[in-house]
This record gives sequence, C-alpha cells and structure tokens, in this order.
Amino acid sequence: MKKLTLPIVATAAALVFAAAFTQASTKEEVTKRGVFNCGVSTGLPGFSIADEKGVWAGIDVDVCKAIAAATLGDASKIKYIPLNAKERFTALQSGEIDALVRGTTWTLTRDTSLGLNFTGVNYYDGQGFLVSKKLGVKSALELDGAAVCIQSGTTTELNLADYFKENNMSYKAVVFDTHDATAKAFDNGRCDVLTSDQSQLYGLRTHLSKPEDAVVLPEVISKEPLGPVVRQGDDAWFNIVKWSLNAMIQAEELGITQANVDEMKASSKSPAVRRLLGLEGIAGKGLGLNDDWAYQIIKQVGNYGEVFERNVGTGSPLKIERGLNALWNKGGIMYTPPLR
Amino acid sequence: MSNVSKKQHWWNNAQHRSLFFQLILVGLVVGFFWFIGSNTMANLEKRGISTGFGFLSMKSGFGILQSLIPYSESSTFGRTFVVGLLNTLLISVLGIFFATIIGFTMGVARLSSNWLVSRLAAVYIETFRNIPLLLQMFFWYFAVLRALPGPRQSWSAGDVAFLNIRGLYLPRPIFGDGFLMVVIAFLAGVLLTELLRRWAKRRQDQTGQQFTLLPVASGLLVGLPLLVFFLLGSPLTWDIPALKGFNFRGGMTIIPELTALLTAISIYTGTFIAEAVRSGILAVNPGQTEAASALGLHRSKVLKLVVIPQALRVIIPQLTSQYLNLVKNSSLATAIGYPDLVAVFAGTTLNQTGQAIEIIAMTMGVYLFISLTISGFMNWYNKKMMMVER
Repeated sequence: MKKLTLPIVATAAALVFAAAFTQASTKEEVTKRGVFNCGVSTGLPGFSIADEKGVWAGIDVDVCKAIAAATLGDASKIKYIPLNAKERFTALQSGEIDALVRGTTWTLTRDTSLGLNFTGVNYYDGQGFLVSKKLGVKSALELDGAAVCIQSGTTTELNLADYFKENNMSYKAVVFDTHDATAKAFDNGRCDVLTSDQSQLYGLRTHLSKPEDAVVLPEVISKEPLGPVVRQGDDAWFNIVKWSLNAMIQAEELGITQANVDEMKASSKSPAVRRLLGLEGIAGKGLGLNDDWAYQIIKQVGNYGEVFERNVGTGSPLKIERGLNALWNKGGIMYTPPLR
Repeated sequence: MSNVSKKQHWWNNAQHRSLFFQLILVGLVVGFFWFIGSNTMANLEKRGISTGFGFLSMKSGFGILQSLIPYSESSTFGRTFVVGLLNTLLISVLGIFFATIIGFTMGVARLSSNWLVSRLAAVYIETFRNIPLLLQMFFWYFAVLRALPGPRQSWSAGDVAFLNIRGLYLPRPIFGDGFLMVVIAFLAGVLLTELLRRWAKRRQDQTGQQFTLLPVASGLLVGLPLLVFFLLGSPLTWDIPALKGFNFRGGMTIIPELTALLTAISIYTGTFIAEAVRSGILAVNPGQTEAASALGLHRSKVLKLVVIPQALRVIIPQLTSQYLNLVKNSSLATAIGYPDLVAVFAGTTLNQTGQAIEIIAMTMGVYLFISLTISGFMNWYNKKMMMVER
C-alpha cells in the first residue's frame, strides 16, 4: 500500500492541478534531464533484476538501455524505477517514468482505456503452471480443486479464471502483490500451483528452496505479448521507443552484432546495413535523433538475438528456447517493418 | 454619540460584515473544489483515460479467495467492492473483539500483585508493541503457519474437522425445517432473562434482598432452546469436509490468511489497549478503593462498582483511537494475500480497469465512513459513561 500511494498521489496531483497546459514532449524532457527514467519489475530473473551491487540486467533492462542509447547516446544514463504490477500504469500515467518495460501484456483494454500505448513486443510469452513434482500431475487439466498462487494486478488472474471455467474445474486463488511473496507461499505449500507467464515460472523456480522438486506443466493457456509502454499522445516519443526495439530485431536479421558493428560500419556494402547504421537513407531525421542512433544501440547493447541469449537463453541460468521469439525467417514470429 | 451608531451604514454592521466574509470563504472553497473537479475530468479526458463509474457493472472475471456473499468470476466489479468491504469488516470486527479481550486481560494483569503475572504481561506488551505490524504479520503467516502439515497429512479432530496449511476445515451446519423455532425459543429466553433481571434489580432496590440470576438465566438461554430442538427431532445436519483430489471440499474453511492477520492485528493492538486500560485504572484515586473496601464491599464488587466505571472514562477515548487504527491497519492484509478491500478492490479491480481515481476515492470513502461510524459510536458511549456531576 505504501508503495502504491506515491504514484497515485502523484497522478492525482498531476491530473488535478495540471491546468490545460500542453505537456512538454517526453524526448525533450529526457534530453534536458540527461537521464531516462525506465520502469522495470521489482526483480524478475532474466527480465529485470538488480544484482547485489545494484546493477540491473535482463531482457527488459536491455530495451531500456537501447532507448537511452538511441536518445541520449549513452546506454548507462538510466534511472531504473522498480514497480510492482499494481503500481506500473499509474507510475507511467503520472510521468514518474518515461517508459514502462516490465513484462506488460498488450491487451485491448490496456491499450485503449488507460491513456497508454504499447509500442511493440520484445517477448512473446504465454501463461503456464508450476507444480510440485510430489503431486504427480502431468497436465493442467488434472488441477481441479487446486489452490493457486498468483501475483495480483496481472492478466494472469483473468486467464486463470477463464481456463478453469472453460474446463469445468474449480480453484482457489491466493493473491499476493509481489513475485517474492507469491513464490514463498508456493514454497511453503500454501498452494498446489503457481501460475504466471511461462518465462517467469522458470525464473521463479530458481528462487525456490528446492527448484528440482517443481516442474512446469506443458500447457500454455494464453497469449502474452510483452512489450514497452508509453503515454498516449506523444507520438515522437512513441516512435523512438518503437523503433529502438525494431532496430535491435533488424540488426539480428542483418547479422550485425555488438562485436562486428564497427567493422560493418566501415566496410559493409549492403544497402540495408548502411541504412540501419545511418550511412544512407532517412537515418535519424524522422525520429529527431542523431544519424547513428541504431549504431549506438547495437554497439552498446547488442542485437535482439544477443540480448535474448545473454539474459534468458542458453547463456543464462534460465535456458529458455527461442521458440516464438526466434526471427520470422527462423521459425519464430519476431518481425520488424523495414527500416528504410 | 448614540446618534452616530443609529446612522451606521449596513456594511459597517459587525453581523453583516462577518456574514459577508463567510460567504466569500464558502464561495472560494466551493470554487476551489469545482476547479479541481472539472480540471481533473478535462485532463483525464485529454489523456484518453476512461472515467466514470460504468465499470462497476462490468464483469470482473477473476476469483476471490474468501467471500461472505455468493461470488464468482462472472460477478461484476461492483460486487468485488462489496466482497472486499465485507472481508474488511469481518477482520475489523473480529480484530476489535479479540484485541479488546487481550487488552483488558493484559492491562489488568500488568497491575497484578503477582510478580510473575505482571512481569509476563509487561514482557508481552513491550515486545509486541515495539515490533512493526507488517513484520509480525509475515512472522505469523510465513514462519508460524509454515509448521502446519500439507492437506494429505492434515491433523484431524474426530474426522470432522481438519487443520492443514491451507486452512482450518470445519463442518458446516445445514438448518432443517423448524430450526427457526429454536431461534425463536432462544430469543424468548433472552427476553425473559432481561425481564427477570429488571425484576431482581427492582426487588433489591426495594427490599435489599438479592436474587442469584445465573442458574435461572442459563436454564432460559440454553435449556429452553435445547428442549425445543430435541422436541422437533433435531432439525440440523452437518456438511462434513472431505479430502477430494488436492484439497478438502465441503464444510466451511477458515483460511490461514485470516488467521495470520487476525492473530497479528489482535496481539499488536491488544498491547496498546492494555496500556490504555492500565492508565485508566491507575487514574482512579486509590482512596476510592480504600473507601469502598472500608464500606465492606467484596473485592470484585469494588472493581465492578467503583474502579471500572471511573477508569472507563479515561480508557474510552484511547480505545476509540486504537479501534480506528486497527481498522486502518487491516489494509496491510494485501501483503499476506488476505482479500480485503484494498487487496481486492484497490488492487486487482484497480489494475484490471485502470480507473485509479474513482477506485481510490471509493476506498478512501469507505475507510472514512467506517472510522466516523466507530468514533461516532464511541463518542456516544463515552458520553453515556461520563461522570454525572451533581
């Protein structure tokens, strides 16, 4: 409650007192401030989590870094603001953060009634179930009557209700407000099942006292496209956030990596590569950024594939397969409109 | 000089002037709130954020762990408000009840002449009063309740009641035809007892003879309903919980979140009430006790007739504050998953609809209303207990 109060008071104050003055553009504000305020989770391995030194890492954090690299030319000029599921939208609406990159599912309601816009998808997820091996359950359809631990304020709560209703099963939902409390309650045996997006289940499992005793069931019961969110009505900023992500995907498609980007910039003859790196074409003009904005993203953060492998893929403890998140020409659905 | 005052203009009249300034003040206040209201609406609209209370009739689509009224995923957001509100009221009423009992017991115990009793009470008060409530809740929920067994290893009492980490499962009474008669018999018993009490008091006032009420009253309150119950052939059956699949089904469940919250909040608030009680009792001049004893009153009568009525005057105002704190502290429930108003309505519902302003305003309104009701009642009670000056 305490954590929730601040953004809500801020929103209320902003909405109440902000007279009808036109809002300054987010890009100008970020440039003037010299720091990009990025809303992330309170700690979710692989997506956004701070280590013991307070250094943030994860696939969502890397999107924050890409936006900062494109806008400010420096991926380290970021203030990370950890938010729980309940606080996130209010924090964005109130202007406490400039963009929200916190595993947020893109839905019609959220896109249309919160005064927010989703800029794309940086991870295609789906809701799954984590159960204790002792239960001997092989499929989610055997979960009738189960007690289920969930984090509040997520689409997960709604999907769960839909799934159990569709299959004529009953359940008891035990709702907590942080990942930590949810995992702890599951660990204690308060629930038979922990449900969340599948990617999160792998992360949360590493936090259990005996990770090997828990197993993720095969069923995926929902579509959870997770992506960055910005305030509605600031189209220039919306474009910057949208294309920062697209540039990372395009870079993977073109085979440009953090390691070879300088070499590519110096010697590549490919028009597509030259366009992305700002040597030809519209470059940064349309976005109002420096021409090397995409180069900075790749140089400082890496392409989408590198970011994925480093944080959640084979180079990480989570070891998640690319699956849907592979490029469109490699069996996945990760796709970007042409950068030209 | 009197002429001047007669010719005084109406705007120089003190009454008119004060009225004028008050009107300006009221105008400014109204104008301020109108400005805030219309500005908020305009800004919300400009940012494309939905407004209004239409969401209350939309389908909620999520489950709630504990509900005192029928609720399912197809109920409305409006109903989630009622469910959350009732859960908050439940924890408040139970919390106030237990905190009061604990507080009075411990407050009196701390003043006991028995060294051990008073030390134990002091240790209890000083320990629990000085640890943050949230930590105590985590302690009871995550540490103490963890010791309970899983559903398949439940502790059972005669195979009708079960205790495990998922909760306490009790048989649920199913009232048959004619059970209403038992209730009526009980109410009649209450009425007769009250009449008897008045008669006994009048007789004592007139003749000085005392009447021992207890045996007759217990006969009326317990015996009479029981007699009717058996005459009607026991119109009551029990729905006994049974282990099916993962969990117990049937019967009624007391969820561990409620137990942990109630334990934490009663024990915590109990310490403050105990101190209030101690201060109230100490505030009564010892001469009063001595005088009453000198009149030959029994020790229990001294407490009941002399000390407590005077102590209450000091205790009640502090008690009111503690009750208000308890109700507001119950909103910490969200941290351990108890579905109170803040967790359900200002939590899940807020996040599903995104209408923060409406929902927070409603939630604040509810707490304000509950608090004002409690303090209204306590003020009335305080007035009743106040010293009647002669």
